[in-house]
Amino acid sequence: MEITYWNKNIETMDRPAIEALQLQRLRELVDQSLKMDFYKNRLLRVGITSSEDIQSLDDLRRLPFNVKDDLRQNFPTGLLAVDMRDVVRVHSSSGTTGIPTVIYFSRQDMDNWTDLLARSIVATGCCQDDVFQNMMTYGLFTGGLGLHYGAERVGMTVIPVGGGNTQRQVQIMKDFKTTVLHVTPSYLLHIHSKLESFETRPEDLYIQRVFLGAEPYSENTRLKLEDLYGIDAYNSYGLSEMNGPGVAFECVYKQGMHVWEDAYILEIIDPETGEILPDGEQGEVVLTNLVRSAMPLFRYRTRDLAYVNSEPCRCGRTHRRLSRIQGRTDDMLIINGVNVFPSQIEEVIMAIPEVGTNYLIHLTKIGSLDKLAVKVEIYSKLFTGDMSALDGLKAKIKEKLRASITINPVIELHEPGALPHSEGKAKRVLDEREQL
Amino acid sequence: MKITQISVFLENRKGRLSQVCSMLGQAGINIRALTIAETESFGVLRMVVDKPSEAADLFRKNGITANQTAVVAAEVPDKPGGLAEVLKTLSDSDVNVEYMYGFVEKHSENALLVFRFDNPELAARILRENGLKVIDEKGIQGL
Repeated sequence: MEITYWNKNIETMDRPAIEALQLQRLRELVDQSLKMDFYKNRLLRVGITSSEDIQSLDDLRRLPFNVKDDLRQNFPTGLLAVDMRDVVRVHSSSGTTGIPTVIYFSRQDMDNWTDLLARSIVATGCCQDDVFQNMMTYGLFTGGLGLHYGAERVGMTVIPVGGGNTQRQVQIMKDFKTTVLHVTPSYLLHIHSKLESFETRPEDLYIQRVFLGAEPYSENTRLKLEDLYGIDAYNSYGLSEMNGPGVAFECVYKQGMHVWEDAYILEIIDPETGEILPDGEQGEVVLTNLVRSAMPLFRYRTRDLAYVNSEPCRCGRTHRRLSRIQGRTDDMLIINGVNVFPSQIEEVIMAIPEVGTNYLIHLTKIGSLDKLAVKVEIYSKLFTGDMSALDGLKAKIKEKLRASITINPVIELHEPGALPHSEGKAKRVLDEREQL
Repeated sequence: MKITQISVFLENRKGRLSQVCSMLGQAGINIRALTIAETESFGVLRMVVDKPSEAADLFRKNGITANQTAVVAAEVPDKPGGLAEVLKTLSDSDVNVEYMYGFVEKHSENALLVFRFDNPELAARILRENGLKVIDEKGIQGL
């Protein structure tokens, strides 16, 4: 396989050189943070008064963790380290669950972020010849604009269509012979279920690669998409607190996402104790952003659960790889006392070919007991008209789920397109237990 | 001598059956025979129509999950024991009936039934050899 790099020097730098660069940037970060009231108080409390107190990367452990609530408490400008006139871009979370969180970029920060995205895009084998249809939402959400600028920097032909309007999306794919998509996996699944009604077959499209992101999904969903469209689908990782997409991206080998360690320091901790875990052990992802001077953020607890693979990658990149996100510390469901991650359910049902492209986990309460219903759309091409095959499918899903999560779910089969779908981030869990 | 049955996957949702039927009605497709197999959360609507390939196209374009199955339509003497005799003949030849249902209208002295067999070719031959009238696709359109 041919390997292309955006910045070969940095991408293949040896570990000591990466760590030296990290240390230098961490010290700059500490100096920058000490100019800010919020961080200054916290750093002084642990005895850090200047970058002189950071002599090795191990000293990172002396820094306190930051959490989402710290960003909320400091809304809107408490974590801004520069004058507002030096800020060229603002992004923000939707704030649907509370006070929004806001992220600021200086011109240099934007340049740094864009370069990481260009690097990520090239790592998947894309180049200037590609036509890139960006189906992520534009606006305050970092996903749309982030990849947009990265793709332009690579020199791809960028179609900034944004999310929604499925028929137009498919028409654009055909009109411009789109070769690369950036899309949520749930929307790409949904599009597939609509192709027939647009008289289009997957082979009528020119798509070769797809960047998946912005929502949790399982490996089996990725495989299903690759199979349905005949494409390579790449996992990506990012969060607005760390700029947005481009924190980590898969290379052509698709065996975990390279974390760009010249720009981020990655730690995996035990979410209970805060203790740092060795490579290979699953825990909470903690990140330090080394390349955003307008809004420094260190040791940020992402609540994402994953593990690190430090084995060398065949692509030659020396940056360690992060596993797919296994779940979030805050999305775990407790069903009749059993801990279940929605991703476990998805992993099981997406491996079943007769299951279509959409599903919903529905929780209700009957008396004092939780009831788990898993509603799945059937795959119309595998519908035979045979009633016993449908009953068999229900039984199969139920049994495979029971074996995986040890809870007996109720399975409902639905027509393709019948379950609520989203053109952006999917809502896979409907928990109606509190209201009852 | 096989004819085409259209099977439609329907979830139990208010008005769904009516939507599917009016879709056919608007396209000028006539339902000749139908039956519904159902469980608590979904059902399968099976039908014989006068223009099966048009119906299949219509369903595909409208995102309705449907499938085509080969069935046999045969006239059965409309008298006590008429069906029993036919079934015995088939069973003696090791042909199994998976399910069966009747046509909406009767057009002769005989009852017109739709059979789904595990071996439709063989079944149609046996029926004809026993003097029963098997209706083909053209015959359905002419009803």
